Amino acid sequence: MANVPDNLHYSKDHEWVRVENGIAVIGITDHAQEQLGDVVYVELPKPGESFSANESFGSVESVKAVSEIFTPVSGEIAEVNESLTDEPEKVNKDPYSDGWMIKMKMSAAGEVDSLLTAAEYEDFTKAEE
Amino acid sequence: MSAPAVELKRTPLNAAHRRLGGRMVEFGGWDMPVQYPAGTMTEHVRTRTRAGLFDVSHMGEIDVRGRDAIAFANRLTSNDASKLVDGQAQYSALTTSEGTVIDDLLVYRFAEDHLLLVVNAGTTDKDWEWIKSHHAGEHVELKNVSAEYCQIALQGPEAISILQRLTETALSDIKYYHFVTGRVDGIDSIISRTGYTGEDGFEVYAAPEKAEQLWNKMLDEGDFGSDDGVLPCGLAARNTLRLEAGMCLYGHEITEETTLLEANLGWITKLNKGDFIGRDALAKQKESGVRRKLIGFETTDRGIARDEQDILVNGERVGRVTSGSPAPFLKKNIGMGYVPVAHSAPGTSIEIDVRGKGVGAQIVALPFYKRAK
Repeated sequence: MANVPDNLHYSKDHEWVRVENGIAVIGITDHAQEQLGDVVYVELPKPGESFSANESFGSVESVKAVSEIFTPVSGEIAEVNESLTDEPEKVNKDPYSDGWMIKMKMSAAGEVDSLLTAAEYEDFTKAEE
Repeated sequence: MSAPAVELKRTPLNAAHRRLGGRMVEFGGWDMPVQYPAGTMTEHVRTRTRAGLFDVSHMGEIDVRGRDAIAFANRLTSNDASKLVDGQAQYSALTTSEGTVIDDLLVYRFAEDHLLLVVNAGTTDKDWEWIKSHHAGEHVELKNVSAEYCQIALQGPEAISILQRLTETALSDIKYYHFVTGRVDGIDSIISRTGYTGEDGFEVYAAPEKAEQLWNKMLDEGDFGSDDGVLPCGLAARNTLRLEAGMCLYGHEITEETTLLEANLGWITKLNKGDFIGRDALAKQKESGVRRKLIGFETTDRGIARDEQDILVNGERVGRVTSGSPAPFLKKNIGMGYVPVAHSAPGTSIEIDVRGKGVGAQIVALPFYKRAK
Protein backbone atom coordinates (compact mmCIF):
# COMPACT_ATOMS: atom_id res chain seq x y z
CA MET A 1 0.00 0.00 0.00
CA ALA A 2 1.33 3.41 -0.91
CA ASN A 3 2.53 5.63 1.86
CA VAL A 4 0.53 8.86 2.45
CA PRO A 5 2.09 10.91 5.30
CA ASP A 6 -0.38 12.91 7.36
CA ASN A 7 1.52 16.17 7.58
CA LEU A 8 1.54 16.91 3.85
CA HIS A 9 -0.80 18.57 1.34
CA TYR A 10 -1.60 16.71 -1.88
CA SER A 11 -2.72 17.48 -5.42
CA LYS A 12 -4.83 15.40 -7.76
CA ASP A 13 -1.79 15.19 -10.03
CA HIS A 14 0.01 13.21 -7.33
CA GLU A 15 2.35 15.87 -6.03
CA TRP A 16 2.86 16.61 -2.32
CA VAL A 17 3.64 19.90 -0.57
CA ARG A 18 5.34 20.38 2.80
CA VAL A 19 5.41 23.94 4.09
CA GLU A 20 8.58 24.91 5.96
CA ASN A 21 8.74 28.56 7.03
CA GLY A 22 6.78 29.84 4.09
CA ILE A 23 8.72 27.69 1.64
CA ALA A 24 6.82 24.94 -0.19
CA VAL A 25 8.87 21.76 -0.60
CA ILE A 26 7.39 19.77 -3.49
CA GLY A 27 7.76 16.27 -4.89
CA ILE A 28 5.71 13.38 -6.24
CA THR A 29 3.89 10.91 -4.04
CA ASP A 30 4.68 7.29 -3.25
CA HIS A 31 1.63 6.31 -5.30
CA ALA A 32 3.02 8.25 -8.28
CA GLN A 33 6.49 6.71 -8.11
CA GLU A 34 4.94 3.25 -7.79
CA GLN A 35 2.86 3.85 -10.93
CA LEU A 36 5.86 5.20 -12.83
CA GLY A 37 8.29 2.43 -12.09
CA ASP A 38 12.04 3.07 -12.05
CA VAL A 39 12.67 6.79 -12.45
CA VAL A 40 15.63 7.27 -14.77
CA TYR A 41 15.53 11.00 -15.44
CA VAL A 42 14.18 14.14 -13.82
CA GLU A 43 13.92 17.47 -15.64
CA LEU A 44 13.77 20.38 -13.20
CA PRO A 45 13.61 24.17 -13.59
CA LYS A 46 16.21 26.69 -12.40
CA PRO A 47 16.11 28.82 -9.25
CA GLY A 48 14.44 32.12 -10.00
CA GLU A 49 11.86 30.74 -12.40
CA SER A 50 8.21 31.42 -11.54
CA PHE A 51 5.22 29.17 -11.91
CA SER A 52 1.48 29.46 -11.33
CA ALA A 53 -0.45 26.77 -9.53
CA ASN A 54 -1.09 23.72 -11.79
CA GLU A 55 1.60 24.76 -14.24
CA SER A 56 4.08 22.13 -15.37
CA PHE A 57 7.50 22.78 -13.86
CA GLY A 58 9.32 19.76 -15.21
CA SER A 59 9.08 16.11 -16.04
CA VAL A 60 9.96 12.73 -14.62
CA GLU A 61 10.83 9.83 -16.84
CA SER A 62 10.65 6.11 -16.31
CA VAL A 63 12.18 3.57 -18.66
CA LYS A 64 9.08 3.56 -20.79
CA ALA A 65 7.34 6.87 -20.30
CA VAL A 66 7.55 10.62 -19.65
CA SER A 67 5.28 12.34 -17.15
CA GLU A 68 4.97 16.05 -16.55
CA ILE A 69 5.01 17.36 -13.00
CA PHE A 70 2.73 20.19 -11.96
CA THR A 71 3.25 22.58 -9.07
CA PRO A 72 0.26 22.60 -6.71
CA VAL A 73 1.07 26.18 -5.64
CA SER A 74 2.27 29.43 -7.25
CA GLY A 75 5.64 30.96 -6.55
CA GLU A 76 9.30 31.31 -7.41
CA ILE A 77 11.83 28.47 -7.36
CA ALA A 78 14.23 28.97 -4.43
CA GLU A 79 16.09 25.68 -4.69
CA VAL A 80 16.17 22.57 -6.84
CA ASN A 81 17.28 19.04 -5.84
CA GLU A 82 20.39 18.78 -8.02
CA SER A 83 21.22 15.34 -6.68
CA LEU A 84 18.36 13.91 -8.77
CA THR A 85 20.51 14.41 -11.87
CA ASP A 86 22.84 11.61 -10.84
CA GLU A 87 20.49 9.76 -8.52
CA PRO A 88 17.00 9.87 -10.02
CA GLU A 89 16.20 6.64 -8.14
CA LYS A 90 15.84 8.74 -4.97
CA VAL A 91 12.38 9.58 -6.25
CA ASN A 92 11.48 5.88 -6.01
CA LYS A 93 13.32 5.12 -2.78
CA ASP A 94 12.38 8.22 -0.79
CA PRO A 95 9.71 10.26 -2.55
CA TYR A 96 8.91 12.39 0.52
CA SER A 97 12.41 13.24 1.75
CA ASP A 98 15.56 12.56 -0.32
CA GLY A 99 13.42 12.54 -3.47
CA TRP A 100 12.14 16.11 -3.00
CA MET A 101 12.22 18.06 -6.25
CA ILE A 102 11.81 21.80 -5.78
CA LYS A 103 11.57 24.38 -3.00
CA MET A 104 9.34 27.30 -3.80
CA LYS A 105 8.79 30.73 -2.23
CA MET A 106 5.00 30.80 -2.28
CA SER A 107 3.35 33.88 -3.73
CA ALA A 108 -0.06 33.01 -2.25
CA ALA A 109 0.35 31.01 0.96
CA GLY A 110 -3.41 30.38 1.18
CA GLU A 111 -3.27 28.14 -1.87
CA VAL A 112 -2.27 25.12 0.22
CA ASP A 113 -5.66 25.23 1.89
CA SER A 114 -7.39 24.18 -1.31
CA LEU A 115 -5.15 21.11 -1.66
CA LEU A 116 -6.15 17.63 -0.49
CA THR A 117 -5.44 16.30 2.98
CA ALA A 118 -3.77 12.91 3.38
CA ALA A 119 -7.15 11.24 3.91
CA GLU A 120 -8.67 12.97 0.89
CA TYR A 121 -5.70 12.02 -1.28
CA GLU A 122 -5.89 8.42 -0.14
CA ASP A 123 -9.59 8.29 -1.07
CA PHE A 124 -8.79 9.95 -4.37
CA THR A 125 -6.16 7.36 -5.35
CA LYS A 126 -8.45 4.50 -4.36
CA ALA A 127 -11.22 5.92 -6.53
CA GLU A 128 -8.84 6.24 -9.47
CA GLU A 129 -8.12 2.50 -9.60
CA MET B 1 -12.13 3.39 -17.92
CA SER B 2 -14.50 1.75 -20.40
CA ALA B 3 -14.20 -1.95 -21.22
CA PRO B 4 -12.01 -2.76 -24.25
CA ALA B 5 -13.90 -3.48 -27.46
CA VAL B 6 -12.10 -6.82 -27.92
CA GLU B 7 -10.99 -9.08 -25.07
CA LEU B 8 -7.22 -9.25 -24.70
CA LYS B 9 -5.63 -12.62 -25.34
CA ARG B 10 -3.94 -14.33 -22.40
CA THR B 11 -0.97 -16.66 -22.37
CA PRO B 12 -1.12 -19.76 -20.12
CA LEU B 13 1.06 -17.82 -17.65
CA ASN B 14 -1.34 -14.92 -17.11
CA ALA B 15 -2.30 -16.01 -13.59
CA ALA B 16 1.37 -16.61 -12.76
CA HIS B 17 2.26 -13.05 -13.84
CA ARG B 18 -0.46 -11.61 -11.67
CA ARG B 19 0.60 -13.73 -8.69
CA LEU B 20 4.13 -12.41 -9.12
CA GLY B 21 2.83 -8.85 -8.98
CA GLY B 22 3.24 -8.21 -12.69
CA ARG B 23 1.85 -4.91 -13.95
CA MET B 24 -0.30 -5.94 -16.90
CA VAL B 25 -0.57 -3.96 -20.13
CA GLU B 26 -1.89 -4.52 -23.63
CA PHE B 27 0.64 -5.59 -26.23
CA GLY B 28 -0.32 -6.65 -29.74
CA GLY B 29 -3.73 -7.76 -28.50
CA TRP B 30 -2.30 -9.65 -25.52
CA ASP B 31 -2.51 -9.04 -21.75
CA MET B 32 1.17 -9.05 -20.79
CA PRO B 33 3.37 -7.99 -17.85
CA VAL B 34 5.35 -4.83 -18.60
CA GLN B 35 7.34 -5.22 -15.40
CA TYR B 36 7.29 -7.00 -12.03
CA PRO B 37 7.95 -5.49 -8.57
CA ALA B 38 11.74 -5.61 -8.98
CA GLY B 39 11.42 -3.03 -11.73
CA THR B 40 12.68 -2.83 -15.30
CA MET B 41 16.19 -1.62 -14.46
CA THR B 42 16.83 -4.50 -12.06
CA GLU B 43 15.22 -7.07 -14.38
CA HIS B 44 17.43 -5.91 -17.23
CA VAL B 45 20.69 -5.89 -15.27
CA ARG B 46 19.93 -9.25 -13.63
CA THR B 47 19.50 -10.80 -17.09
CA ARG B 48 22.97 -9.61 -18.09
CA THR B 49 24.66 -10.64 -14.84
CA ARG B 50 22.73 -13.78 -13.85
CA ALA B 51 19.45 -14.76 -15.57
CA GLY B 52 16.06 -13.45 -16.58
CA LEU B 53 12.89 -15.40 -17.36
CA PHE B 54 10.50 -14.25 -20.07
CA ASP B 55 7.03 -15.43 -21.05
CA VAL B 56 7.06 -15.29 -24.85
CA SER B 57 4.05 -17.57 -25.37
CA HIS B 58 2.30 -14.81 -27.27
CA MET B 59 4.61 -15.39 -30.24
CA GLY B 60 3.08 -17.26 -33.18
CA GLU B 61 4.10 -20.58 -34.72
CA ILE B 62 3.36 -21.79 -38.23
CA ASP B 63 4.02 -25.36 -39.26
CA VAL B 64 5.20 -26.01 -42.82
CA ARG B 65 5.29 -29.67 -43.86
CA GLY B 66 5.73 -31.47 -47.14
CA ARG B 67 8.33 -32.15 -49.77
CA ASP B 68 8.36 -28.52 -50.92
CA ALA B 69 8.72 -27.08 -47.42
CA ILE B 70 12.19 -25.63 -48.03
CA ALA B 71 11.35 -24.35 -51.49
CA PHE B 72 8.19 -22.70 -50.21
CA ALA B 73 9.95 -21.06 -47.29
CA ASN B 74 12.74 -19.92 -49.56
CA ARG B 75 10.33 -18.23 -51.90
CA LEU B 76 8.66 -16.25 -49.13
CA THR B 77 11.58 -15.41 -46.88
CA SER B 78 14.83 -13.54 -47.45
CA ASN B 79 17.39 -15.84 -45.82
CA ASP B 80 18.44 -19.14 -47.38
CA ALA B 81 16.46 -21.94 -45.74
CA SER B 82 18.16 -24.51 -47.98
CA LYS B 83 21.34 -23.98 -45.96
CA LEU B 84 19.74 -25.22 -42.75
CA VAL B 85 20.50 -28.64 -41.36
CA ASP B 86 18.15 -30.62 -39.13
CA GLY B 87 18.08 -28.95 -35.72
CA GLN B 88 19.16 -25.56 -36.96
CA ALA B 89 17.29 -22.25 -36.98
CA GLN B 90 17.87 -19.00 -38.82
CA TYR B 91 16.76 -15.40 -38.44
CA SER B 92 14.88 -14.29 -41.54
CA ALA B 93 12.16 -12.02 -42.88
CA LEU B 94 8.93 -12.26 -44.82
CA THR B 95 9.19 -9.62 -47.51
CA THR B 96 6.90 -7.69 -49.81
CA SER B 97 7.60 -7.31 -53.53
CA GLU B 98 9.30 -4.01 -52.64
CA GLY B 99 11.73 -5.80 -50.36
CA THR B 100 10.13 -4.24 -47.30
CA VAL B 101 9.26 -6.24 -44.21
CA ILE B 102 6.04 -8.10 -43.44
CA ASP B 103 7.65 -9.55 -40.31
CA ASP B 104 10.93 -10.84 -38.98
CA LEU B 105 10.93 -14.44 -37.83
CA LEU B 106 12.92 -17.55 -37.02
CA VAL B 107 12.82 -20.51 -39.39
CA TYR B 108 13.42 -23.82 -37.60
CA ARG B 109 14.29 -26.91 -39.63
CA PHE B 110 13.18 -30.17 -38.02
CA ALA B 111 13.63 -32.16 -41.22
CA GLU B 112 13.83 -31.53 -44.95
CA ASP B 113 10.05 -31.72 -45.07
CA HIS B 114 9.26 -30.01 -41.79
CA LEU B 115 9.86 -26.39 -40.87
CA LEU B 116 8.46 -24.29 -38.04
CA LEU B 117 8.18 -20.53 -38.51
CA VAL B 118 8.15 -18.51 -35.29
CA VAL B 119 6.68 -15.06 -35.81
CA ASN B 120 5.84 -11.99 -33.75
CA ALA B 121 2.77 -11.85 -31.55
CA GLY B 122 1.21 -8.74 -33.04
CA THR B 123 1.70 -9.92 -36.62
CA THR B 124 0.78 -13.61 -36.32
CA ASP B 125 -2.60 -13.22 -38.00
CA LYS B 126 -1.20 -10.99 -40.76
CA ASP B 127 1.66 -13.41 -41.40
CA TRP B 128 -0.64 -16.42 -41.48
CA GLU B 129 -2.88 -14.74 -44.08
CA TRP B 130 0.17 -13.69 -46.11
CA ILE B 131 1.70 -17.16 -46.05
CA LYS B 132 -1.58 -18.89 -46.97
CA SER B 133 -2.33 -16.46 -49.75
CA HIS B 134 1.12 -16.96 -51.28
CA HIS B 135 0.83 -20.72 -51.42
CA ALA B 136 1.07 -21.26 -55.17
CA GLY B 137 0.84 -24.98 -55.73
CA GLU B 138 3.87 -26.16 -53.75
CA HIS B 139 3.48 -29.51 -52.01
CA VAL B 140 3.20 -28.15 -48.49
CA GLU B 141 0.69 -28.35 -45.68
CA LEU B 142 0.44 -25.16 -43.71
CA LYS B 143 -0.92 -24.98 -40.18
CA ASN B 144 -1.16 -22.16 -37.67
CA VAL B 145 -0.09 -23.99 -34.53
CA SER B 146 0.30 -20.93 -32.29
CA ALA B 147 -2.26 -22.25 -29.81
CA GLU B 148 -0.30 -25.52 -29.45
CA TYR B 149 2.76 -23.96 -27.89
CA CYS B 150 3.79 -22.02 -24.86
CA GLN B 151 7.25 -20.46 -25.06
CA ILE B 152 9.50 -19.47 -22.18
CA ALA B 153 12.88 -17.81 -22.58
CA LEU B 154 15.62 -18.18 -19.97
CA GLN B 155 18.43 -15.79 -20.79
CA GLY B 156 21.71 -14.76 -19.20
CA PRO B 157 25.09 -16.25 -18.23
CA GLU B 158 23.44 -18.54 -15.67
CA ALA B 159 20.69 -19.74 -17.99
CA ILE B 160 22.53 -22.84 -19.12
CA SER B 161 23.36 -24.05 -15.60
CA ILE B 162 19.84 -23.38 -14.37
CA LEU B 163 18.21 -25.18 -17.27
CA GLN B 164 20.72 -28.06 -17.15
CA ARG B 165 19.41 -29.02 -13.73
CA LEU B 166 16.01 -29.60 -15.36
CA THR B 167 17.04 -31.71 -18.32
CA GLU B 168 19.12 -34.71 -19.29
CA THR B 169 19.88 -33.11 -22.63
CA ALA B 170 23.48 -31.89 -22.69
CA LEU B 171 22.82 -28.20 -23.26
CA SER B 172 26.45 -27.33 -23.95
CA ASP B 173 26.20 -29.53 -27.04
CA ILE B 174 23.52 -27.27 -28.53
CA LYS B 175 25.23 -24.65 -30.65
CA TYR B 176 23.94 -21.12 -30.94
CA TYR B 177 20.89 -21.02 -33.23
CA HIS B 178 20.46 -24.76 -33.00
CA PHE B 179 17.80 -26.71 -31.18
CA VAL B 180 16.84 -30.19 -30.03
CA THR B 181 13.71 -31.90 -28.85
CA GLY B 182 14.07 -33.17 -25.33
CA ARG B 183 12.51 -33.02 -21.90
CA VAL B 184 12.56 -30.19 -19.43
CA ASP B 185 11.33 -31.28 -16.00
CA GLY B 186 10.00 -34.37 -17.75
CA ILE B 187 7.98 -32.27 -20.20
CA ASP B 188 8.44 -32.80 -23.95
CA SER B 189 9.97 -29.60 -25.26
CA ILE B 190 11.85 -27.94 -28.04
CA ILE B 191 15.01 -26.55 -26.49
CA SER B 192 16.42 -23.78 -28.68
CA ARG B 193 19.63 -21.87 -28.11
CA THR B 194 18.19 -18.59 -29.28
CA GLY B 195 16.99 -15.37 -27.72
CA TYR B 196 16.26 -11.69 -28.00
CA THR B 197 18.52 -10.26 -25.31
CA GLY B 198 22.08 -10.45 -26.60
CA GLU B 199 22.91 -12.97 -23.85
CA ASP B 200 23.43 -16.72 -24.01
CA GLY B 201 20.23 -18.54 -23.24
CA PHE B 202 17.44 -20.80 -24.31
CA GLU B 203 13.89 -20.62 -25.54
CA VAL B 204 11.78 -23.58 -24.51
CA TYR B 205 8.63 -24.50 -26.43
CA ALA B 206 6.13 -26.91 -24.90
CA ALA B 207 2.42 -27.71 -24.63
CA PRO B 208 0.54 -24.74 -23.18
CA GLU B 209 -0.86 -26.72 -20.25
CA LYS B 210 2.71 -27.33 -19.08
CA ALA B 211 3.65 -23.66 -19.07
CA GLU B 212 3.11 -23.00 -15.36
CA GLN B 213 5.06 -26.06 -14.34
CA LEU B 214 8.02 -25.06 -16.53
CA TRP B 215 7.87 -21.43 -15.43
CA ASN B 216 7.70 -22.23 -11.72
CA LYS B 217 10.43 -24.85 -11.96
CA MET B 218 12.76 -22.43 -13.73
CA LEU B 219 12.11 -19.74 -11.12
CA ASP B 220 12.78 -22.27 -8.40
CA GLU B 221 15.96 -23.72 -9.88
CA GLY B 222 17.16 -20.20 -10.59
CA ASP B 223 16.75 -19.18 -6.93
CA PHE B 224 14.08 -16.59 -7.54
CA GLY B 225 13.64 -14.62 -4.35
CA SER B 226 17.29 -14.63 -3.40
CA ASP B 227 19.37 -11.47 -3.80
CA ASP B 228 20.93 -12.60 -7.01
CA GLY B 229 18.51 -15.16 -8.33
CA VAL B 230 16.69 -15.34 -11.64
CA LEU B 231 14.03 -12.67 -12.09
CA PRO B 232 10.89 -12.81 -14.19
CA CYS B 233 11.21 -9.99 -16.73
CA GLY B 234 8.47 -7.96 -18.37
CA LEU B 235 8.10 -6.42 -21.79
CA ALA B 236 9.90 -3.22 -20.80
CA ALA B 237 13.08 -5.12 -19.92
CA ARG B 238 12.67 -7.28 -23.02
CA ASN B 239 12.70 -4.09 -25.03
CA THR B 240 15.68 -2.45 -23.33
CA LEU B 241 17.67 -5.68 -23.59
CA ARG B 242 17.10 -6.13 -27.33
CA LEU B 243 17.75 -2.42 -27.95
CA GLU B 244 21.11 -2.55 -26.15
CA ALA B 245 21.93 -5.58 -28.28
CA GLY B 246 21.06 -3.63 -31.43
CA MET B 247 18.21 -5.92 -32.42
CA CYS B 248 15.25 -4.79 -34.49
CA LEU B 249 11.70 -4.68 -33.21
CA TYR B 250 8.98 -5.13 -35.82
CA GLY B 251 6.90 -2.01 -36.16
CA HIS B 252 9.88 0.14 -35.19
CA GLU B 253 13.14 -0.54 -37.08
CA ILE B 254 11.42 -2.79 -39.61
CA THR B 255 8.03 -2.17 -41.15
CA GLU B 256 6.33 -2.52 -44.50
CA GLU B 257 7.97 0.83 -45.32
CA THR B 258 11.57 -0.17 -44.69
CA THR B 259 13.66 -2.46 -46.88
CA LEU B 260 15.94 -5.11 -45.43
CA LEU B 261 18.99 -3.31 -46.80
CA GLU B 262 18.03 -0.01 -45.19
CA ALA B 263 17.64 -1.85 -41.87
CA ASN B 264 21.16 -3.35 -41.95
CA LEU B 265 19.65 -6.77 -42.60
CA GLY B 266 21.65 -7.43 -45.75
CA TRP B 267 23.14 -10.37 -43.86
CA ILE B 268 19.78 -12.20 -43.97
CA THR B 269 19.14 -11.14 -47.57
CA LYS B 270 20.46 -13.89 -49.79
CA LEU B 271 20.04 -12.44 -53.25
CA ASN B 272 21.87 -15.35 -54.85
CA LYS B 273 19.78 -18.17 -53.41
CA GLY B 274 17.18 -17.94 -56.14
CA ASP B 275 14.02 -15.94 -56.52
CA PHE B 276 12.00 -14.78 -53.52
CA ILE B 277 9.34 -12.11 -53.05
CA GLY B 278 11.11 -8.76 -53.19
CA ARG B 279 14.38 -10.13 -54.54
CA ASP B 280 14.41 -7.95 -57.64
CA ALA B 281 13.65 -4.78 -55.71
CA LEU B 282 16.38 -5.56 -53.21
CA ALA B 283 18.89 -6.40 -55.94
CA LYS B 284 18.14 -3.05 -57.57
CA GLN B 285 18.56 -1.25 -54.28
CA LYS B 286 21.84 -3.00 -53.68
CA GLU B 287 23.01 -1.78 -57.10
CA SER B 288 22.00 1.81 -56.63
CA GLY B 289 22.72 1.94 -52.92
CA VAL B 290 20.30 2.70 -50.10
CA ARG B 291 19.31 6.33 -49.57
CA ARG B 292 18.72 6.04 -45.86
CA LYS B 293 20.18 3.76 -43.24
CA LEU B 294 19.35 2.48 -39.79
CA ILE B 295 21.87 3.79 -37.26
CA GLY B 296 22.44 3.62 -33.53
CA PHE B 297 23.13 6.67 -31.38
CA GLU B 298 23.94 7.68 -27.82
CA THR B 299 22.84 10.96 -26.39
CA THR B 300 25.66 13.35 -25.47
CA ASP B 301 23.45 15.94 -23.78
CA ARG B 302 21.15 15.29 -20.85
CA GLY B 303 17.91 13.76 -22.04
CA ILE B 304 16.35 10.56 -23.26
CA ALA B 305 15.41 10.12 -26.92
CA ARG B 306 12.07 8.45 -27.48
CA ASP B 307 10.36 6.63 -30.36
CA GLU B 308 9.29 8.74 -33.31
CA GLN B 309 11.19 11.88 -32.33
CA ASP B 310 12.84 13.80 -35.16
CA ILE B 311 16.55 13.52 -35.87
CA LEU B 312 18.23 16.74 -37.00
CA VAL B 313 21.58 17.41 -38.62
CA ASN B 314 22.73 21.03 -38.83
CA GLY B 315 19.34 22.18 -37.69
CA GLU B 316 17.55 20.32 -40.45
CA ARG B 317 15.09 17.46 -39.87
CA VAL B 318 16.62 14.47 -41.68
CA GLY B 319 15.23 11.39 -40.02
CA ARG B 320 13.35 9.79 -37.18
CA VAL B 321 14.02 7.75 -34.04
CA THR B 322 12.58 4.22 -34.34
CA SER B 323 13.38 3.19 -30.76
CA GLY B 324 14.69 5.41 -27.97
CA SER B 325 15.24 4.50 -24.36
CA PRO B 326 17.64 4.38 -21.43
CA ALA B 327 20.15 1.53 -21.61
CA PRO B 328 20.10 0.11 -18.06
CA PHE B 329 23.28 -1.95 -18.31
CA LEU B 330 25.40 0.49 -20.29
CA LYS B 331 24.07 3.39 -18.21
CA LYS B 332 23.57 5.58 -21.24
CA ASN B 333 20.59 6.80 -23.21
CA ILE B 334 20.48 5.21 -26.63
CA GLY B 335 18.35 4.78 -29.67
CA MET B 336 18.10 3.63 -33.24
CA GLY B 337 16.71 5.52 -36.19
CA TYR B 338 16.89 6.23 -39.88
CA VAL B 339 19.05 8.98 -41.36
CA PRO B 340 20.21 9.75 -44.91
CA VAL B 341 23.30 7.75 -45.84
CA ALA B 342 25.36 10.93 -46.04
CA HIS B 343 24.90 11.44 -42.29
CA SER B 344 25.14 7.82 -41.17
CA ALA B 345 28.80 7.34 -40.23
CA PRO B 346 29.65 6.56 -36.59
CA GLY B 347 30.93 9.72 -35.00
CA THR B 348 28.41 11.95 -36.76
CA SER B 349 26.84 14.52 -34.45
CA ILE B 350 23.08 14.62 -34.59
CA GLU B 351 20.35 16.23 -32.57
CA ILE B 352 17.14 14.67 -31.34
CA ASP B 353 14.05 16.84 -30.92
CA VAL B 354 12.98 15.78 -27.45
CA ARG B 355 9.60 17.44 -26.96
CA GLY B 356 10.82 20.73 -28.38
CA LYS B 357 14.30 20.66 -26.88
CA GLY B 358 17.38 19.74 -28.94
CA VAL B 359 19.34 16.94 -27.31
CA GLY B 360 22.75 16.29 -28.80
CA ALA B 361 23.68 12.74 -29.74
CA GLN B 362 26.37 10.88 -31.58
CA ILE B 363 26.02 8.02 -34.04
CA VAL B 364 27.78 4.89 -32.81
CA ALA B 365 28.45 1.51 -34.37
CA LEU B 366 25.93 -1.21 -33.61
CA PRO B 367 25.46 -3.16 -31.44
CA PHE B 368 25.69 -1.00 -28.36
CA TYR B 369 26.34 -4.07 -26.25
CA LYS B 370 27.99 -7.35 -27.11
CA ARG B 371 28.39 -10.08 -24.52
CA ALA B 372 31.84 -11.24 -23.53
CA LYS B 373 33.23 -14.42 -25.16
